[in-house]
Amino acid sequence: MASKLKIIGKSERRVDSWGKVTGRAKFADDYNVGHQLIGKVLRSKHPHAKIVRIDTSKARALPGIQAVLTAVDIPGSKVFGIVEKNQAILAEDRVRYLGDGVALIAATTKEIAEEALSLIDIEYELLPVVSDPEEALKPGSPIIHGNKNEFVHHKVRKGDIAKGFTEADFVLERKFKTQFIEHSYIEPEAVLAEPNEQDGVKITGSVQNLFSSRRSVAAALNLPLNKVQIVQATLGGSFGGKDEAMTSMCCRAALLALKTGKPVKMVNTREESMLESYKRHPYVLYYKWGAKKDGSITAMEARIIADGGAYASMSQFVTWRSVVQATGPYYCDNVKTDVYAAYTNNNYTGAMRGFGSPQVNFAIESMMDELAEKVGVSPLDIRLKNGFEKGAVTATGQKLNHVVSLKEVLTKAAEAIDFKKKWKSYRRSQVGEKKHGVGLACSYRGVSLGAEGADAAETIVSVQTDGSVIVSSGVTDMGQGAQTQMSQIVAEVLGTSMDRIQFLNTNTSRVADSGPTVASRGTIMGGSAAKNAAEQVRKTLLAVGSSMLNVKGSKLDLRNNYLVNLKNGRRLASFSELATECFNKGKPMIGLGWHKSLKTTWDEERGQGEAYFTFVYGANAAEVEVDTETGKVDVKDFASVHDVGKAINRAMVVGQMCGGVAMGLGYGLLEEFEFERGVPKQLNFDEYLIPTSMDVPRIKTIIVENEDATGPFGAKSVGEPTNEIAAPAIVNAIFNATGKRIYEIPANLERVLLGHKLVRHDKRGSEKKDAIDAMLIDSCKIRGEKQ
Amino acid sequence: MKTIAIKVTINKKQQQLVIKPNLTLLDLLREELGLTGTKCGCEIGECGACTVLLNGQAVNSCLVLAPQVDGQEIVTVEGLAVGNLLTPLQDSFLDHDAVHCGFCTPGMLMSAQGLLDHSLDPTESDVRTAISGNLCRCSGYQQIVDAIKDTKVSVNDTNKARIHTEKRT
Repeated sequence: MASKLKIIGKSERRVDSWGKVTGRAKFADDYNVGHQLIGKVLRSKHPHAKIVRIDTSKARALPGIQAVLTAVDIPGSKVFGIVEKNQAILAEDRVRYLGDGVALIAATTKEIAEEALSLIDIEYELLPVVSDPEEALKPGSPIIHGNKNEFVHHKVRKGDIAKGFTEADFVLERKFKTQFIEHSYIEPEAVLAEPNEQDGVKITGSVQNLFSSRRSVAAALNLPLNKVQIVQATLGGSFGGKDEAMTSMCCRAALLALKTGKPVKMVNTREESMLESYKRHPYVLYYKWGAKKDGSITAMEARIIADGGAYASMSQFVTWRSVVQATGPYYCDNVKTDVYAAYTNNNYTGAMRGFGSPQVNFAIESMMDELAEKVGVSPLDIRLKNGFEKGAVTATGQKLNHVVSLKEVLTKAAEAIDFKKKWKSYRRSQVGEKKHGVGLACSYRGVSLGAEGADAAETIVSVQTDGSVIVSSGVTDMGQGAQTQMSQIVAEVLGTSMDRIQFLNTNTSRVADSGPTVASRGTIMGGSAAKNAAEQVRKTLLAVGSSMLNVKGSKLDLRNNYLVNLKNGRRLASFSELATECFNKGKPMIGLGWHKSLKTTWDEERGQGEAYFTFVYGANAAEVEVDTETGKVDVKDFASVHDVGKAINRAMVVGQMCGGVAMGLGYGLLEEFEFERGVPKQLNFDEYLIPTSMDVPRIKTIIVENEDATGPFGAKSVGEPTNEIAAPAIVNAIFNATGKRIYEIPANLERVLLGHKLVRHDKRGSEKKDAIDAMLIDSCKIRGEKQ
Repeated sequence: MKTIAIKVTINKKQQQLVIKPNLTLLDLLREELGLTGTKCGCEIGECGACTVLLNGQAVNSCLVLAPQVDGQEIVTVEGLAVGNLLTPLQDSFLDHDAVHCGFCTPGMLMSAQGLLDHSLDPTESDVRTAISGNLCRCSGYQQIVDAIKDTKVSVNDTNKARIHTEKRT
């Protein structure tokens, strides 16, 4: 292969962007077929209740109704779940949160479907509600599943924690809290399910993890996997969110389609989406560190409680990443960490960009600043003193053998906003009500799934007789650019231009189960598989070229759509001619690329092991202006620095950085999905506030590239790390500006101004939310009594 | 339900339509006319995914009732490019990697087009204000702002745009 990279590292245009600027890209809701029915879900009226009786007779009698289904109509498995199968497709005898579906309607129009929903009569017997994870763990609390609400307990044990605290000169003990976060993909969930001619069903939808949804649909319908085909429509954002939320929708639409024999379309309104979909886990974090006067850390103890909500979902895995990374990229010989997850009647919580890291990073990076303050050094110096270097041994006993670039990214982030000078100057008292401050945060993050489970993926490269190329992969694109980076890898290996490549949306029947596209594993897994597939095709093409020209294969190369002389670049045949020759000689022009990640290990009892095969390092630096009269925080300057191994597409890496920071800014300052006894308080963007173009400052992005042997062309990952440290950088900057530390995010006006949040009792906002509020008031009045 | 007849120009094409009076402009475009480029994200005018130009002004089509557009002119994202020829704004979005998942893109383009039609050389602050009603969860807005700011609208392009417009009609 040519030693100089032609396409890798360039900001190539995205392969799927032309359709997106012309309006031709088809998202799930843009698919329509003749005679399709509209499917709708009747959801629970109460956060926790027994279902006594369901009467659907009135709804069935409505003209235009084609099906009214309840749990009894599901032929196969009535429950699904990735770790624990305890989530109902339709609740049978009990509802555990307001998002639970109870009945399904298929009707000829949306209006008829909505009318039918109002005609279904359900008698509930109310059960007591638990909406706080710490309450849920106490004896006497309402039990949501089985015989106790604690359903996850991960541990990490290293050294001797008691000895560590004895050696300390002082102890820092703090409590932190984080909030529920709504993914806020702008595209609400949608699917079209069509019964197919082979007794099965085809689903086209806004699905992130097609293979796990397919497993659940097949189990619910008693079908083998090969009769359930899920095709990904162009996906309007996911951020970890279109997984189980889509599984339930796929199961329901498929059920309606097979019962009616007609195509069924289901689309959530924003309110339905926010009501049913899972959120990022809120954590309560108790941190206790022992340290020496010189700033070195002798003991780190953490007890963390995650609100798992009504169902198990991904809590097991999310909290596992937390336990591995809970002490950050810092040296400490004595570590004791416990992470628990508890069931409540809130929305269930699962995968969201960061996956258990944003919560712990907020605590770790706040603690690190407090430690700096205590020993009287700068936040940069304390991190440089304690931060990992190559060869460091993590809390889980893993030795870091790759390039550990923590200090490089930290230094670059600090320089980008002139941190050292500003930090000193802003500490002195500032004139006026608007105070400035700067803050830093950094992290290390395990790449891909790690010891969570099997980690492999497939990408298929197929060269056509005219020299055009088709690529497909089990790794999905949800807007992050997976299709583009895999195309770049294929074009690089085959020596073709990007316009030769057509990428197909993922289809479960056409590519092997490649696991979920999560954990920032798209590039390293899908990309490695793409490289592997393209290399197989390349080998065939060069062999055919060699016999065609009677030249040794080792003297040939593929460049700029030509077969060339490796040495002087002289063009010997066009790529198209070579492809035709390959076809005429009966040689395979297809490469089935498979990539399996390196081995990882985990001892659950001791919490020790090689948790991830490699790590990435990042640092954020923020400058804020705090209005001390209103509590309003404006982010004025921001630097995002990440070591990505190798940027396959620089513009896309920059895009991930800016998007990750914006989402992290929302986490730190604005966003909060609140509950009152299991009833959500925000169900649309009028009250759930995500950052707008006016909230996000210009972000300085710095890409650091220390190539890693485990990834294609040295690439690692970027999606999640960019989102996991913006909030602590901002909160640390608020401290620098005001001398006040925020222990609970978001640092909204009231928390910054008053030090606590305001509790709201009156009703506001969208109509549907008011209706739910009214139900809450009803259910509170008669809580524990029969309705 | 009683229906009413309206005349409306959509993407330079005049149409006579018979519609239900409670239909929103968004549903008219997506469901009645199959113009699915305009997206539905929240239905309460918060996300901006449904933005179209109504007489040259960017509006949330979910908040406009279809009977209100009787006699008016609408441009949707499908009305920007002529055949495969992209507008300078669309080209700039591709060059700046301003398209991630793409769901907010049609609305962003229409808000931006509404700005550029009235102001040839907008400042960063003008651009940010113009798209402040369009939510994007992927990009952090930076590449979108740059794409709009760097859209090259030269006299030549204005001529080209005029020629496009004439071709469309």
